[in-house]
Amino acid sequence: MATTVHEPPKIDPRRLPDQGHSGNGGWRNLVPADGDRRVTQEYSPPPSSTAIWVVVFAVTMMFAAFSSALIVRKGSSLDWRTFPLPSVLYFNTFLLLASSITLEVSRRHVATFMGGRKSQVKSPARWLYVTLFLGLLFVAGQYAAWTQLRAEGLYLATNPSSSFFYVLTATHALHVLGGLGGLIYVIRKLSKSALLRSQLVATARYWHFMGILWLYLLLLLWTKL
Amino acid sequence: MAKFLAVTIIVIAIASAIPILRHTWVAPEDISTHGYLIDEQMSETMAEAGIAFLAAQFILALFIWQFSNPRPDAKIKSFPGGAKALVIAALLLVGAEVLALGVFGVKAWANVYLTAPSADAMPIQVQAGQFAFYFRYPGPDGKFGPLHPELINEGSQNFFGLDTANDADSKDDIVTAEMAIPVNKEIHLLMHAKDVGHSFFVRELRVQQDFVPGLDVSLHFTATKAGRYEIVCTQLCGLGHYNMKAYLSVLSQDDFNDWLKKQAALQ
Amino acid sequence: MHDMSAHSVQHHAPPTSFIRKHVFSLDHKVIGKQYYALALVAALSGMLLSWFMRIHLGWTNAAIPGLQLLSKTGAPGGVITPEFYLQLMTMHGTIMVFFVLTTAPFAAFGNFFLPIQVGAEDMPFPRFNMMSFWVTFAAFLVLMSSFILGDGPTLGGWTQYAPLNSVGSVAGPGQGLGVVLWMISIALFCVGQLLGALNFITTTLDLRVKGMSMMRLPLTAWAWFITSCMGLTAFAVLMPACILVILDHVAGTSFFVPSYSVINDQLQPHSGGSTLLWQHLFWFFGHPEVYIAIVPGIGIVSHVLITNMRKPMLSQRVLIYCMGALAVLSYMVYGHHMFVSGMNPVSALAFSFPTLVITIPATIVVLIWTFSLYGSKLRINSASLFALGFISMFVSGGVSGFFLAQPSIDIMLHATYFVVGHFHMVMGVAAMFGIFSATYFWFPKMTGRMMNESLGRVHFWLSFVGAYCIFMPFHYLGMAGNIRRYSSFPDDFLQPLLPVHKWITVAALVTGAAQLIFVYNLIHSRFWGKPAPDNPWEATSLEWSTATPPPFDNFGGKHPVVYHDPCQYGVQSSVGDYVMQTSPEQVKTEHDEK
Repeated sequence: MATTVHEPPKIDPRRLPDQGHSGNGGWRNLVPADGDRRVTQEYSPPPSSTAIWVVVFAVTMMFAAFSSALIVRKGSSLDWRTFPLPSVLYFNTFLLLASSITLEVSRRHVATFMGGRKSQVKSPARWLYVTLFLGLLFVAGQYAAWTQLRAEGLYLATNPSSSFFYVLTATHALHVLGGLGGLIYVIRKLSKSALLRSQLVATARYWHFMGILWLYLLLLLWTKL
Repeated sequence: MAKFLAVTIIVIAIASAIPILRHTWVAPEDISTHGYLIDEQMSETMAEAGIAFLAAQFILALFIWQFSNPRPDAKIKSFPGGAKALVIAALLLVGAEVLALGVFGVKAWANVYLTAPSADAMPIQVQAGQFAFYFRYPGPDGKFGPLHPELINEGSQNFFGLDTANDADSKDDIVTAEMAIPVNKEIHLLMHAKDVGHSFFVRELRVQQDFVPGLDVSLHFTATKAGRYEIVCTQLCGLGHYNMKAYLSVLSQDDFNDWLKKQAALQ
Repeated sequence: MHDMSAHSVQHHAPPTSFIRKHVFSLDHKVIGKQYYALALVAALSGMLLSWFMRIHLGWTNAAIPGLQLLSKTGAPGGVITPEFYLQLMTMHGTIMVFFVLTTAPFAAFGNFFLPIQVGAEDMPFPRFNMMSFWVTFAAFLVLMSSFILGDGPTLGGWTQYAPLNSVGSVAGPGQGLGVVLWMISIALFCVGQLLGALNFITTTLDLRVKGMSMMRLPLTAWAWFITSCMGLTAFAVLMPACILVILDHVAGTSFFVPSYSVINDQLQPHSGGSTLLWQHLFWFFGHPEVYIAIVPGIGIVSHVLITNMRKPMLSQRVLIYCMGALAVLSYMVYGHHMFVSGMNPVSALAFSFPTLVITIPATIVVLIWTFSLYGSKLRINSASLFALGFISMFVSGGVSGFFLAQPSIDIMLHATYFVVGHFHMVMGVAAMFGIFSATYFWFPKMTGRMMNESLGRVHFWLSFVGAYCIFMPFHYLGMAGNIRRYSSFPDDFLQPLLPVHKWITVAALVTGAAQLIFVYNLIHSRFWGKPAPDNPWEATSLEWSTATPPPFDNFGGKHPVVYHDPCQYGVQSSVGDYVMQTSPEQVKTEHDEK
């Protein structure tokens, strides 16, 4: 039977009936209510949404600390030896950025699937798997970059510049692995049709942050190393 | 019990103030040219902090005394002026204090740290290492020889790692375990750390400065009174930290010259 | 179909097994109690270490029987060696700052009460919450293991300055494995607290129940929220710093060790590192850390006093803004630990001004507390006694900070006992009083039993007078030039000060013994205390509206609705002189936040 294509019903969370569940204080109440606003809003963002910003902030602070350590260390002594970045790094960058795109594609598919039109999307997790694969390739590619460096005799302790290269890329790769864990979690939940939209949104935000962070690190390494 | 608490607070506050007012434990006499600014800053701060301390404790005690264990029909009152008055009072009073101390404190600090030593200041190098201070005078040529860390050998008393055989400037350097300086002469102290962090503190001179491994920092000061003073290490450097000290002798110019000659002969 | 409860806590069924109920529990209340137990063990350990330190400082050759068991070489015949003194001191500071002052007021009470105070059933990420405790616990074990592994704990102080922290065991006992264990422990601790901060922030922002606007949150909830925000920034900076030190130890890098370092006549194999880098990273964490230690106490004291004064503070909002101001300013002042460190002397002035300015919100807080007492109907009980004691201690400790904020004065006071007196007053006493006040206040709700009030008062008196006897003299010692972190005092000028040290030691032992009264009270009341009613203090916030102790999901399946702010005291209502936040009753009142 042909089905007419129409948008899945958009449920405005702002209109959810008051179920008396917790979470109705709403982040909007950071601003004190004036006479025109209702005292409380019916809507509050899902905790995973706030949580992911908290995580992004903490990870940013950590890399800020590493960045300042790099800058200070570079200026504290004359032993900083620059070296050209391993070429595979640029390919890895492409992989990571591509994985962000595939993740966005997968979000559309999952939204369609979870929106009640399962028949439209045969394999809702396909693009998630592609993202996962690209992410794994990225980490493997970073490992290849380290191998390239080692072949040139640049190890962790060879020079402060190489020290920071390894520390920054390894820490980033570890956090990417964490993101991959998140993707696997999402895939598992999806397979049981138990995925919450907020979980996918949070995972996606984190993943894109990994990409942005990587671009920053690449810039830092490119200018300082 | 509340009234007892109020009384206790007042007694403790007054008891705490007594040793300050009686100058029971104070810094030793200032023998430096710049120290008077520091001492003035200290007195001013003590006066303001002392008044704030006593007033705060007293008012706390007063209100505890007055408003505890109330009669059941007592009415709740609000302090006239409310929070607004207090915020304004804090901003004005504390703000003024902060500004005054901050602004006047700049001069005391700048005198020590933001002025350059004069051209005819006498250079002395001090090296801090676990767990002793050693001093080096440049000798008649007025130049310090280069340091070779790999030559440092405590056993043969080559504390600085000097190569007196090959470096001409090192030949007349005078290395001592005690520091002596002439009175009323500006000293330019060059500070070098051999291993970990240390610090140079002479209370009477009103100087304290950390040694920074990898960075040579310096101090300058002038002593105005002869005497024998203690230099102590104030930056935790290991198990011998408590025992790391040296003596500073401030001598008349003639006595200093004699001392230096004697030290040179011992090299 | 979309899950309608997308933004509520994932409901988890009540656990049944012992392990799930009391060990690996997802329940924030159990996690809070676990943190409290950890803090208690840590506090007693830290106190014991301080006793050893004080005995040694009063009587250098005193033999403490049995001490040899704590160290293979550190205490031959029970007499503490200089290196062992420093190891004890390092562990004392580390344990107290991290595992007591960050854990008890923030993680313990915050975990237990924040969800309840906002009206939630639990935190949004209970598994991360559980992980947060166990990671912190693991951190504690790693730290304590340094007593028995290698050549003992690190001796570099809780501040672990470079390059002493990075050159390895050639610099002294404990400087090899001891440092690495310390760094691993603290890095783990940072991870644990970040996981905790994640939960606290999301709980406060997203799980507030209907009617609970931000301005209607009790001050404790605000304090925990602000503290979590500080923790997020501070701990995320300390962790990478610790990692870099570990690399300097095990991977041959030179982040912190400069060139030409010579120890024991041997040129060290490092080069080019920056010693000041560690100080910048550490104090960027370290200063907010001490505000992390005190801000929950500020919240607790406010909360306890409002209930016991039977009137609101002169301004709830101003207190909130001041806590926020303290948090923001805390990042701009860290260089005041580094005035004489060799950093640019102009920076010293730049750091000094915000340090002086931070006096202002702290003063406003004290003024509001004190002048709110005016016209109140102050009830005296153990909780309010410790809250009032906190005010006195906070004033004393804060006033000495005024001296240290000025670089020129710091020339004379840096690294002396004046600094030690200052931070013990604010952290070792005031923050501890906050913990005690919270305990006496909330123990009934947490356990269903009342603590013994008489023992509580004895505990207060001995602690209050004792703490002043111990720590006020520290300031005098500092002004006379008594250097800190000395295991004994051979210098000529220190000899006249030795009697003061003896006095302090005696006071410390007596005051420490008084804490055992508290521990006894805790344990005895837990099992045999009088059963507690749901609202023994006639308080208004949400934790008092639910059963004692609260059921598994905090509110017994009901979701409270909030109608008032938590300051409705001194009004006339059907239940007395207060209106609970959850009561729909409207009464005549001076001010009620929306």
